Amino acid sequence: MPDNKKTATITPSGPAPAALNIADTGSEVSRRSFFSWLSLGWLAFVAATGGFFTMMLRFFFPNVLFEPVQTFRAGYPDDYTVGEVDLRWKVKYGVWMVRNDEGIYALSTTCTHLGCTPNWQPTAKKFKCPCHGSGFRITGIHFEGPAPRPLERFKITLADDGQIIIDKNTKYQQEKGQWTDPEAFLKV
Amino acid sequence: MSEKKNLLQKLADGQIWKSIFRGGGVPRSRRQRMMVVLNSVFLHLHPVRLPKHAVKLKFTWCMGGLSFFIFLILTISGILLMFYYRPTIEYAYTDMMDLTEQVPFGIMREIHRWGAHAMVITVWLHMFRVFMTGSYKPPREFNWAIGVILLVLTLLLSFTGYLLPWDQLAIWAIAVGSNMAGATPLLGAEGPGSALLAIGDINFITKVSDARFGLIGGRFLGEATLLRFYVLHCIGLPFIIMIFMAVHFWRIRKDGGISTPV
Repeated sequence: MPDNKKTATITPSGPAPAALNIADTGSEVSRRSFFSWLSLGWLAFVAATGGFFTMMLRFFFPNVLFEPVQTFRAGYPDDYTVGEVDLRWKVKYGVWMVRNDEGIYALSTTCTHLGCTPNWQPTAKKFKCPCHGSGFRITGIHFEGPAPRPLERFKITLADDGQIIIDKNTKYQQEKGQWTDPEAFLKV
Repeated sequence: MSEKKNLLQKLADGQIWKSIFRGGGVPRSRRQRMMVVLNSVFLHLHPVRLPKHAVKLKFTWCMGGLSFFIFLILTISGILLMFYYRPTIEYAYTDMMDLTEQVPFGIMREIHRWGAHAMVITVWLHMFRVFMTGSYKPPREFNWAIGVILLVLTLLLSFTGYLLPWDQLAIWAIAVGSNMAGATPLLGAEGPGSALLAIGDINFITKVSDARFGLIGGRFLGEATLLRFYVLHCIGLPFIIMIFMAVHFWRIRKDGGISTPV
């Protein structure tokens, strides 16, 4: 142990090691071919490493998702009372069904501020978010708190058997003028 | 040395002792004592000798040491919690309640929870102390950078652990946090510039391929999110933080020891 330093030092003077002499004669591995193989080796290493990191990244984005279905049948239009917010699909699908004099629309229960679920307060006639206090009218228009835009509405259509079909894959945003689109609102 | 060796000395000079502790024998000189530290895989990260002024509590607050101590407590209590906790939507919350109320010494969960809070505090205070004493200056600037990475990893461990109880607080906290990931510039589907990463009509950053998706493993918080956070919290992040901690401690010694003018 005490002689650590001495053994670690390589003295530059003195005869070159035998291996170097062989390279000079060109009989085994020449300096040129050594560097060719070295760069090839490095290229292969970098490619393999890069490939593996790409695999690792892609690994986290699966092709098949086991998530709840985004389309569901919401019963018949007559199941909903005019002027009321219907909570029956809130927990299961994250949708409020609202019927007014003209028809029915499906409001998303996701607060447009940071994604919490507001509560419908029947007496105050508003959706109130418990997280940061955003408030929305029965139409979904925001009027208080930090929410930057109205609640989103989902695609609502009628099936052949007269039942309502809600498709959560398609969203309609008021600020983009999409609430007047034909399938953002079901005329009854 | 005395002629008559007592049992302890016999043991210390025996083959078993010498084979375990390199250098052998009971350290009798300063040099031998130094070698004990240098030759131990655990101790060698630590300096062999400490200047007296460097361990003044008034100066260091011992915040780095406390952070590591709390990390050890969190590791041990966390491993114990893993014997009861199942990271599925069906069981996560009830297992957490079971741990709190039925399992003997269920205070283990509280130790883990409060320890996590304490570690975030001590890491911040450690950073504050290092800043105020100017200990980030060369040649310690690299270790400061490592320290910043350790801080981020501590916060990520805190964030991933937050979801595991699967209660309302957890779900909404992660709902908020992951939606923020969705607003990442370029890499978040709802962030600025996400439409730039596209070839023709094919957009690479969508709801199923953005930063938020990578974090929660789906379009919505669910089973995949809980499992992903669990693995990150129990294996992934601790593995990474331990590597950086080893470098951090080693560099303290190499850069001139704790809080000594260099």
